Amino acid sequence: MPRQIAFYGKGGIGKSTTSQNTLAALVEMDQQILIVGCDPKADSTRLILNTKMQDTVLHLAAKAGSVEDLELEDVLKIGYKGIKCTEAGGPEPGVGCAGRGVITAINFLEENGAYDDVDYVSYDVLGDVVCGGFAMPIRENKAQEIYIVMSGEMMALYAANNIAKGILKYAGSGGVRLGGLICNERQTDRELDLAESLAKKLNTQMIHFVPRNNIVQHAELRRQTVIQYAPDSQQAEEYRQLAKKIHANGGKGTIPTPISMEELEDMLLEFGIMKSDEQALAELEAKEKSLCAAG
Amino acid sequence: MSLEYTNDTGFHEDLIKEVLEQYPEKAAKKRARHLNVIKPDEKAGGSSCGVKSNIKSVPGVMTIRGCAYAGSKGVVWGPVKDMLHISHGPVGCGQYSWSQRRNYFNGTVGIDSFVTMQVTSDFQERDIVFGGDKNLDKMIDELNTLFPLSRGVSVQSECPIGLIGDDIEAVSKKKAKDIGKPVVPVRCEGFRGVSQSLGHHIANDAIRDWVFEKTTPEWETGPYDVNLIADYNIGGDAWPSRKLLEEMGLRVIGSWSGDATLAEMERAPKAKLNLIHCYRSMNYICRHMEEKYSIPWVEYNFFGPTQIAASLRKIAAQFDDTIKANAEKVIAKYQPLVDAVLTKYQPRLKGKKVMLYVGGLRPRHVANAYEDLGMEIVGSGYEFAHNDDYQRTTHYLKDGTLIYDDVTGYELEKFIEKIRPDLVGSGIKEKYATQKMGVPFRQMHSWDYSGPYHGYDGFAIFARDMDMAINAPVWGKIKAPWKAA
Repeated sequence: MPRQIAFYGKGGIGKSTTSQNTLAALVEMDQQILIVGCDPKADSTRLILNTKMQDTVLHLAAKAGSVEDLELEDVLKIGYKGIKCTEAGGPEPGVGCAGRGVITAINFLEENGAYDDVDYVSYDVLGDVVCGGFAMPIRENKAQEIYIVMSGEMMALYAANNIAKGILKYAGSGGVRLGGLICNERQTDRELDLAESLAKKLNTQMIHFVPRNNIVQHAELRRQTVIQYAPDSQQAEEYRQLAKKIHANGGKGTIPTPISMEELEDMLLEFGIMKSDEQALAELEAKEKSLCAAG
Repeated sequence: MSLEYTNDTGFHEDLIKEVLEQYPEKAAKKRARHLNVIKPDEKAGGSSCGVKSNIKSVPGVMTIRGCAYAGSKGVVWGPVKDMLHISHGPVGCGQYSWSQRRNYFNGTVGIDSFVTMQVTSDFQERDIVFGGDKNLDKMIDELNTLFPLSRGVSVQSECPIGLIGDDIEAVSKKKAKDIGKPVVPVRCEGFRGVSQSLGHHIANDAIRDWVFEKTTPEWETGPYDVNLIADYNIGGDAWPSRKLLEEMGLRVIGSWSGDATLAEMERAPKAKLNLIHCYRSMNYICRHMEEKYSIPWVEYNFFGPTQIAASLRKIAAQFDDTIKANAEKVIAKYQPLVDAVLTKYQPRLKGKKVMLYVGGLRPRHVANAYEDLGMEIVGSGYEFAHNDDYQRTTHYLKDGTLIYDDVTGYELEKFIEKIRPDLVGSGIKEKYATQKMGVPFRQMHSWDYSGPYHGYDGFAIFARDMDMAINAPVWGKIKAPWKAA
């Protein structure tokens, strides 16, 4: 059985970019990898394939009639250094049930042997775990470890805590564990401290702090990972480190201890991200005073 | 004619206690609210039974209830004969409810009438994931091509429609324009509500929102125009009913929804009076027509001569003296028929005890028809009645009558076993279990493939059927196992 991992995190946090760069580094370590994109937008494999995946499982299934009419070859594309790529796909925004689509696609891939002969299966799941379908990779016998991509921004922390709740829910029935937090630097105040502090509270580790670097955007514009675009860059080295850490982290995941909303807010206050009422009032007063003085 | 008797309050109360003892504490507490005995109640100015109703069934019991889809597609919309009713969703709901209700109709199936056809969008995985709107759009076009004489389409939502949030209203609006016929979306997903009752309500609302005032029916109104509301023409029930009203000088401009056409529903707001038989399933639309179009409504009961005569007089009282005189003539005209039926069957049925468990109307409505034959109602209950139904029940049933709301399979079996009535009237799910206990049974949802039971003509059939069930020679051949030894 391959090792199955999944990347979760707030929408727009850089899950797809981080996961593809990390997997590109992992393939350098002679690992056979399958990426399962679980986002109706189907952009989880763009940097690996150097193009947007055209044939998603669900669109082909809809065309053919049903998922039973598909062959694995139809939906499996080979990308950078032999990484196998597949995208679940899904309906256009506002219709149907994308969650059901994820379930259908994953079952199809499993039943048709997509998971045979690979060392890693990596799921890239859309922003929030909005329903049962998007929790599919967390559920029984799917991903063993979840990596949460986050940053020092408040909403990213909220999302990370919520995802931890989702993992906890299924940790008892299945083998899913939290692998760690990947902090994707946004250059907010005391970001590293905050990430480490949250990791501690969630009973996990901050597995890697990925510094912000414009080279990622340059690579992305060319539909490439940094590993492929600038293999000798410092940023490529960062992703290699992350890949090594994840590779060494097998079986070391933990059952998360999500915190209450209050605890989370207290933590944010402590790190000065959120102001307490007293602080906010004091600042307001000071501002008014200065205005009066100026007037 | 009124039969004087009371039932054994103490015995029934002990019976309830005995049944409840078998439940776990929590379930017993919940079920206790649904079981009671009718008792005199001075505050209510008569009697009351004080059961709670229209509440979610207790998990783990065998309930007989249906779902909202059953209430809308099966009961209210299904009988509208010149429309195509799409069971929108996976195939099962439509397939397994196909022709379950015996709504008779005049017309040619597949040409101008479609009641006994099963139309479903047969959802596949693809439709769930990508939405069923394209499928529905195409389907309505195909139906319109296949059945050009259909007058409209209704979209009956099954559970997945609500889960995936399909916009059936948008499709319906578009297709109504495309095909030039009404397309009515009904949000009757099965998971909504506690029983089929909510489905009736949703279906009524759909008539209000998608049928009324959508067309301007050309209709010359007359002073005696009435709608016959909530007679589903089971085994042809609406036909003898309509006959009586017409003989009385009234003009029935709409029959809802047994043997109904869409046009009859469209022109309903032009009536002078709404006559409602099944209060539970269509009181909503009657109240709406009262508020919006100032059409009064009258509940009536065409089961058995006592109630028929009372109802004819009650209806006639809404009109002039001619109609009142006509009502008396109609009652007199059928008296010989009634006498003949009573002479023949009363001696064979007198004193026989009956237990009923039906839907939302008949547990009270048929009581007097049995009493006309000299029979006594010892227990009765509804699947999906509300409080106002139970209030109406005590007018019909005698003190001491055992009342059971949303009865469980276990409770009903126990009650039958202990009371050992001469007849049980309920549904197909209860039929064979009861007969195996050696107790005669009649299906009171479907009239056991017989009918009609409404009106004077129906009463003769009703009497014959009850006699046939109770006095069948087969019961003499059954040796009860508990008597063996």
